[in-house]
Amino acid sequence: MSQRQVLQVFEQYQKARTQFVQMVAELATRPQNIETLQNAGVMSLLRPLLLDVVPTIQQTAALALGRLANYNDDLAEAVVKGDILPQLVYSLAEQNRFYKKAAAFVLRAVGKHSPQLAQAIVDCGALDTLVVCLEDFDPGVKEASAWALGYIARHNGELSQAVVDAGAVPLLVLCIQEPEIALKRIAASALSDISKHSPELAQTVVDAGAIAHLAQMILNLDAKLKRQVLSALSQIAKHSVDLAEMVVEAEIFPVVLTCLKDKDEYVKKNASTLIREIAKHTPELSQLIVNAGGVAAVIDCIGSCKGNIRLPGIMMLGYVAAHSENLAMAVIISKGVPQLAICLSEESEDHIKAAAAWALGQIGRHTPEHARAVAVTNALPILLSLYMSQDSSEDLQIKSKKAIKNILQKCTYLPALEPFLYDAPPNILKHVVGQFSKVLPHDSKARRLFVTSGGLKKVQEIKAEPGSLLQEYINNINNCYPEEIVRYYSPGYSETLLQRVDSYQPLV
Amino acid sequence: MATLVSLQSRLPLIDCQYYYRNRTVDGYRKKEYKAAVKIQSWFRGCRVRAYIRYLNKMMTVIQKWWRGYLGRKHYRQMVKTAYLTMKMNFYNEMAVRIQKRWRGFKIRKYCFNYYYLKEYLRAISDTNQAIREALEEFAEMRGREKKKADLEKEEKRKQNQARKTHYLLSTKQIPGIYNSPFRDPDPMEFEIRKVRAFQMPSAAHQIQQTDYEDLSTWLACTSKRSFPRSDILPPINRKQCQGPFRDIAEVLQQRYKPLQPTLRVATSINSEKDAREELRREEWNNRVHDNVFLPFSSFSKNEKYVPMVQTSTKYNGISYAQKQFQEEEPTKWMSNKDCPFWLLSADITNSGSDRLFINYARSGAGPLDKNYIRTYAQGMNLVFCCCRLR
Repeated sequence: MSQRQVLQVFEQYQKARTQFVQMVAELATRPQNIETLQNAGVMSLLRPLLLDVVPTIQQTAALALGRLANYNDDLAEAVVKGDILPQLVYSLAEQNRFYKKAAAFVLRAVGKHSPQLAQAIVDCGALDTLVVCLEDFDPGVKEASAWALGYIARHNGELSQAVVDAGAVPLLVLCIQEPEIALKRIAASALSDISKHSPELAQTVVDAGAIAHLAQMILNLDAKLKRQVLSALSQIAKHSVDLAEMVVEAEIFPVVLTCLKDKDEYVKKNASTLIREIAKHTPELSQLIVNAGGVAAVIDCIGSCKGNIRLPGIMMLGYVAAHSENLAMAVIISKGVPQLAICLSEESEDHIKAAAAWALGQIGRHTPEHARAVAVTNALPILLSLYMSQDSSEDLQIKSKKAIKNILQKCTYLPALEPFLYDAPPNILKHVVGQFSKVLPHDSKARRLFVTSGGLKKVQEIKAEPGSLLQEYINNINNCYPEEIVRYYSPGYSETLLQRVDSYQPLV
Repeated sequence: MATLVSLQSRLPLIDCQYYYRNRTVDGYRKKEYKAAVKIQSWFRGCRVRAYIRYLNKMMTVIQKWWRGYLGRKHYRQMVKTAYLTMKMNFYNEMAVRIQKRWRGFKIRKYCFNYYYLKEYLRAISDTNQAIREALEEFAEMRGREKKKADLEKEEKRKQNQARKTHYLLSTKQIPGIYNSPFRDPDPMEFEIRKVRAFQMPSAAHQIQQTDYEDLSTWLACTSKRSFPRSDILPPINRKQCQGPFRDIAEVLQQRYKPLQPTLRVATSINSEKDAREELRREEWNNRVHDNVFLPFSSFSKNEKYVPMVQTSTKYNGISYAQKQFQEEEPTKWMSNKDCPFWLLSADITNSGSDRLFINYARSGAGPLDKNYIRTYAQGMNLVFCCCRLR
């Protein structure tokens, strides 16, 4: 009898522990409870439960800890300070797969908040055990450990290097080939986080043969997987020409262009980011993209999105046009300039407008043909207004000013230049008048038009210091016309005429 | 004398005259002197002037000729220069023409081919068009597929719903919810009629799945498949049904009694073969060296052929198989020695002529050796040979 009573006491205690841990785990799913839990000192209570004899209690305690640490970084710090990590790491190596999943979840939750916490995780030797877990048979365990490794590697280069040194990369490449979609996603995201910091890390990822598998998965139907895969490829390609060439050799074109038509916005964004990273290195790579019809696809993609999703596409057009004038002409004939002008006028965010202004400047700066193509879309007045307005950010003002200068220096399309005579500030006016002075001496029709549209009149009204460049230009313009006309349009001519009338002696 | 007197009379006059003459002459002397000087100076001047004039004339001639010479020289120089300049201009002009043509050709052929660029841009716009169309098509196809998948999912969901609520099917007596008598039957009604009822994963269904499993694994049956029961336990304090029913716990126990097969039944039919395989595999795994019965020494490897002693002879026997293949050891040959007694008799075993044997043995022939007796049978003709040789 007494033995049964004694055992009953133990059973009650066990039931109590189980219930406590399960309730805490459930409460931790709701954010509003976590404050209360923290104040009640849940950390110090959960910690000994991690060492409990009953495996279920251990697992649930780990799960609860994970959820708490996930919520904010104070709790994660408390987990680190409470010396829980070494115990977790130790049991991660030994226990069954449910415990491994829960423990990896805790490590992930702690590691995601800041580099210092991630460093703490690395310091207690978790990386080796996590890498061992990557070899486990259960895909859930693999997923959890890959996720944890990805979050640790996300923060900075040293942590990524530590993850790579632990030998995670070949195993992650193996994980990508597994059939479970969730595991593929997480492994791709981890590879993306590792390779984004430096070229050496990206080279390590490439050496493990990741590119071929990532390239195959572009065709997969799952949208979240495509996001991660495209992000990984763009992080690899962004560092150097060789890496970009290796990504291109994996025959991603023209398959990547289909991703630009995907329903998911972020897939489109990541696909245009990838194309941008490839296009920005050399003219040959840009040429390749243009020959594959990439420019048209990107322009359509820009047209179908709004906001930040468009930004990589706009930058891609700028990079392609910046390399050479033939490429800029290719962008123009793919009907890119009207689209950019629409972006410039429609978008509300300053950085997107700045990018569009920069791209237009790169397109228009090569030859008069290019400048004319930009000018006919009426983008120049918009650029001018952006430059002049006070609530544009400084970056936007600088970029639009540069764009205007670059385009104006080559623009010979006079109907677009005329509005500038009226509104432009003096430093831009100088260039405008200079352009007029270059074009007018040779073109008689333009001269006529200049007079009839009131441009000559405006030029006369400009005050310039004698001897300055502006004055020289004005003189050049005036020399194109007969004296009477110049005098006729000079300011105050009507007064002089009237004075002559006053002083005239009529012939009797 | 008269002259003298005249002269003397004239003497005082002479004085006066002399004085007077001198005086008058003096008076004119200055004038005359000046006149003479004037005349002389003028004459000298004329002479000098004539000389100078002469000199000038000479000088003019010289200078004239000299300047003419210089001018002609200069002129020749100018002509030459002008000629050279004309030639150079001509050459320059021609060079400009050549360079003009060459530069135009070079740029057009190697650096910038305008028509090629035009063609290239046209090709780009065609590619763009093609890509745009292809992408449109692709997007459309994807959209259609997604719609189809959505529709199918919807279908499946409805079917599932219908299966789960199968009990709402209308019977003959009672019209179901979806089959109201006051209006047309709801489409759900038809759906329900079509599908079969949704059953909980049943025992029979699950046992079928594990048919291929070994019977032996049923013994350690902790999996729920060997204890097929529903997920919900029966309520604890269930009222005993009225009537001659057995205790429910007993019934359940009997119904769900676990299989307790005999050992014979439990053993799989292949168990013996499997065990043998297992053993063989085990042995193969643990074995270090594959060739088990190899002797340790290389005794059997380097076997040299040892020819028969009896048949080796220095006299030529059958050349085949003796000369070519066999080794000769003349020291071992017996042809040199006395023929052993036992070889002389033709047939020792069968005839059993022991007397012969003993006689020869007594006569002090070689000791009786087992080897010799064994090998005799091979050499019938050799016996005769030995006899002959003797």
